[in-house]
Amino acid sequence: MKAFTYERARTPAEAAAAAARHPGARFIAGGTNLLDLMKLEIETPPHVIDVNALGLDRIDSTGKGGLRVGALVRNTDLAADQRVRRDYAVLSRALLAGASPQLRNKATTAGNLLQRTRCPYFYDTNMACNKRRPGSGCSAIGGYTRQLAIVGHSEACIATHPSDMAVAMQLLDAGIETVRPDGTARTIPIADFYRLPGGTPHIENTLAPGELITAVTLPPPLGGRHYYRKVRDRASYAFALVSVAAVVLPDGSGRVALGGVAHRPWRVPAAEAALPRGAHAVTDGLLAGARVSTDNAFKVPLVQRTLAFVLADARQGRPA
Amino acid sequence: MTDPNEIDQTRRDLLIGGALSASVAVLPAVANAQGPDTGGVAATPAPVKAKVALRVNGQRYEMDLDTRTTLLDMLRERLRLTGTKKGCDQGQCGACTVIVDGRRINACLSLAVMHEGAEITTIEGLGTPDRLHPMQAAFVKHDGYQCGYCTPGQICSAVAALDELRRGIPSHVTADLNVQPLFSPQELRERMSGNICRCGAYSNIIEAITDAGGRPA
Repeated sequence: MKAFTYERARTPAEAAAAAARHPGARFIAGGTNLLDLMKLEIETPPHVIDVNALGLDRIDSTGKGGLRVGALVRNTDLAADQRVRRDYAVLSRALLAGASPQLRNKATTAGNLLQRTRCPYFYDTNMACNKRRPGSGCSAIGGYTRQLAIVGHSEACIATHPSDMAVAMQLLDAGIETVRPDGTARTIPIADFYRLPGGTPHIENTLAPGELITAVTLPPPLGGRHYYRKVRDRASYAFALVSVAAVVLPDGSGRVALGGVAHRPWRVPAAEAALPRGAHAVTDGLLAGARVSTDNAFKVPLVQRTLAFVLADARQGRPA
Repeated sequence: MTDPNEIDQTRRDLLIGGALSASVAVLPAVANAQGPDTGGVAATPAPVKAKVALRVNGQRYEMDLDTRTTLLDMLRERLRLTGTKKGCDQGQCGACTVIVDGRRINACLSLAVMHEGAEITTIEGLGTPDRLHPMQAAFVKHDGYQCGYCTPGQICSAVAALDELRRGIPSHVTADLNVQPLFSPQELRERMSGNICRCGAYSNIIEAITDAGGRPA
């Protein structure tokens, strides 16, 4: 790990201003992903800003029927919150499908959104990776691609986003509240938050340098039945091959988002209109233009079958 | 407060400590060398120290640590509490599980300096050979290990897992999110999935936790 200077910020604005003063600085909250990457020297921040004392650890009503989740609310606490379990079960389910209890006790809401990819070629510093070192190429393309993207990817990068929580947040149309180094605040709709890799896979979201996430807002509950079904290589504690988040309303309409297939949580609102026609029709819309390789071609039928499983449960009234 | 440097040390400890100091002394030269892939980042700054005060197993410590020191390395290398084990050092095996402010975490994926004011419990703080914690006694009774390397992490994790279950925290296998989760082998297996046992003592581990969990808290 490279040496770094360290400070504990006292307010969100102070943290953002500190980040602007120290180019290349990183905020640290749970640290469960950042420290791993620092040990491998994939992340080499010269300055680390500890944001754990900012008090952003509450879940409050928004006053508009939704919830405001503080950036530092731990994954365990968000999943266990009674309001989330009752009204946003897809979010609880997604959180509980991710990582281990030890990691969920530490990992935060904002940090979870900002997880880096688990692409093995990003993690192996002997391999070319445009995300780790822009312009160096992509060893994953033509390599072992079982875990990697089938849609929305580019000639520069075929990495997937690893988060389960973010898939549920995408489904729920969450808003991401931030503060910038000049002290101004804004809310970024999650639909505008994540970027596709294009030619700049190292730029993963629309945060400006030094911009700090302070909260994630959830709109009023959608009702309906909530599902998060994750398919992985072992029964627990593994990243998704594919995952399906869905809210299905009594009339058969609803929303669907996918994990494990793209550089960002994957949602195509036009495809959701096909929900009453079944999983095949929805998958055709969701994965239109998919480009697969021998190793990951299985993801297309796996998405369709996992979605069919979810829709069958919804029809039969089985719980999340 | 105890200065950890004033703890009685055996000759062996001193020798280990001396070797560690020597290896620390060469670090700056290593740090200045070109790393495997720095992504074009400029020369690394010299090691930086920061102060942290915290409690471990009821004892208060104040330390001046290299900011890079993980909570795990602080416990093992600085406080000589070697019950907590380093397995993968990347949050995948759970051997380093300790309880911080009542919650189990992976000590390898946390910086020591992030724990100012924290109360940390390690396997040494749960029980002693003469007065075993009920979970330790249950692991012995049910033979919940072979080589024993993952065991301190398994036991700290299990103690906290039972607490999470009592507090009604749901898991991936909880059928109904809106009722108290069951105290069942299926729940325990899922809740212990962050602790890997290379020897495969899982069935005995679940029996030990079931036994310990069945006793009054």
